[in-house]
Amino acid sequence: MERIEVLKTYKIFIGGQFPRTESGRYYPLKLKNNMTVNVSLSSRKDFRNSVVAARSAFNGWSTRAAFNRGQIIYRIAEMLEGRKEQFLEELKQLGYSVASAKKEIEQSIDRLVYYAGWCDKYQQLLSTVNPVASSHFNFSVPEPMGVVAIMADESTALLGLVSVIAPCIAGGNTCIVLASESKPTCAITFAEVIATSDVPGGVVNIVTGNRKELHAHFSSHMDVNAVINCNSEKEFNKTIGENASLNVKRVFTWNKNWADETEQGPYFITDLQEIKTTWHPIENIGVSGIKY
Amino acid sequence: MSYDFKHSPAIDQVGIEERVARFNTRSIKKGTKVQGLKLALNMIDLTTLEGKDTEGKVKQMCYKAIHPHIAMPDLPTTAAVCVYPTMVKTAKDALKGSQVKVASVSTAFPSGNSTMQIKLLDTKFALDNGANEIDMVISRGEFLKGNYNFVFDEIASIKDLCKKYEARLKVIFETGEISTLDNVRRASDIAIYAGADFIKTSTGKIGVAATMPVTLVMLDAIKDYYIKTGIMVGMKPAGGISTAKSALQYLVMLHETLGNAWLDNKWFRFGASSLANDLILQLEKEARGVYFSKDYISVD
Repeated sequence: MERIEVLKTYKIFIGGQFPRTESGRYYPLKLKNNMTVNVSLSSRKDFRNSVVAARSAFNGWSTRAAFNRGQIIYRIAEMLEGRKEQFLEELKQLGYSVASAKKEIEQSIDRLVYYAGWCDKYQQLLSTVNPVASSHFNFSVPEPMGVVAIMADESTALLGLVSVIAPCIAGGNTCIVLASESKPTCAITFAEVIATSDVPGGVVNIVTGNRKELHAHFSSHMDVNAVINCNSEKEFNKTIGENASLNVKRVFTWNKNWADETEQGPYFITDLQEIKTTWHPIENIGVSGIKY
Repeated sequence: MSYDFKHSPAIDQVGIEERVARFNTRSIKKGTKVQGLKLALNMIDLTTLEGKDTEGKVKQMCYKAIHPHIAMPDLPTTAAVCVYPTMVKTAKDALKGSQVKVASVSTAFPSGNSTMQIKLLDTKFALDNGANEIDMVISRGEFLKGNYNFVFDEIASIKDLCKKYEARLKVIFETGEISTLDNVRRASDIAIYAGADFIKTSTGKIGVAATMPVTLVMLDAIKDYYIKTGIMVGMKPAGGISTAKSALQYLVMLHETLGNAWLDNKWFRFGASSLANDLILQLEKEARGVYFSKDYISVD
């Protein structure tokens, strides 16, 4: 008898687990091999659950040693490397050519390694000792913003996703990412990679669904500290900006060509950092008498 | 009234679990939800029972009990605060002029491993300092040995003491330690017949705290007693209830098991600390239409 292949149910990724959407809604996605995937059409409640998960993971993740965060993000790269074949197949089903799929996977892996390296270094570049006209040692350091809600790039399946998650979590934030609506399957498989890379549950949450439906919720939730749309959608971005004013969220439009090697760097990390300045009373600094 | 505790009804665990699952499918929205959330807030025994408790912490908690959320001045207060006997006086002073009651744990909480004499002194100390309610623990060791008379007698003697002060008595079983639902039912019967005003699931000090199946068994015991005698007994699940959603599920269960008469903080309490803030989160969400953040609520 011919064996029937066991196909994967693409669910969503919240708090380190793979629940179905709370709404019970799906949208069909036709693949190149003529199979149809039922992709979760996440609701605002799924988003809300993700925010709860991200918030509770934030304290543990942001207080982890920066070096350890780097190790974990490197681990994601390792896991992704080991699953190249699976991603290649999935990207092909989403309409990628073999060459472009290969390139996207490799760039994604490299990008993870790149940001893994930055984890314990951006602080040194961004921190400052400030000159003040009083007997204080005055210094500024970056601190993670908190929970970041991201609407990922629509045009790529994997690279756009990795390019925003990596700098976000490298800086100690936790995030909720809405995957590309037309290319969502890879995002869920990437969630499996994250789930097996010692990333604590809730640090990265991935939902699939519709930006038109969700962008208002992404931007209005009071427990979200920053919101990023990686797509240039004037109307959505206007609503996002208005809603974000409710709790003065940081708003970014990262509408980038992620395949471009220049679209990576420490400033993607520091966009999602707040600067904390400390005034520390002292008598004098050093014997040279320099006043910082 | 005589009652043989060896013959408490046996519990059908599967039946209880299925019944609980049914309660959890009820959907409560909009105005009803707001009403439920406010009721739950009004039923909380805001609790701090830690070795590191200080007068400052207790005062702060008492303030929170009276003013759960400054931005919503119309919210009800919590039912009571629940503290160690040494903190009763502090709490009593801090709550002066409010409706909020002071509950004190006693009888060598949380283990209950002490002599009867010390348990009585412990309780008397709390009552002398003005506690309105006493949360006692039973001797789980004696209970598990089958020494039911011992447990009955200790509850009855603490009850006698409480009566003199017109204080209400809550009896904690620590259901995580007596483990089976049959035992929970038996402990409920013992406590109710010995004069408990409330029966309470847990101390909050061990891993397994209040669960819905355990609470349902206890509610059934209350119901049977009420049918038999016409006397109402209160219920207090404690520990592990931290979300508004689960609080509403408990209220549904309460309503469908005991009816409207029990939907009042005279007859039902939640022993919790972080639940209050989650209720406030949901109330703010209902009022604003967007999800709210704990950044704007006082810490618990």
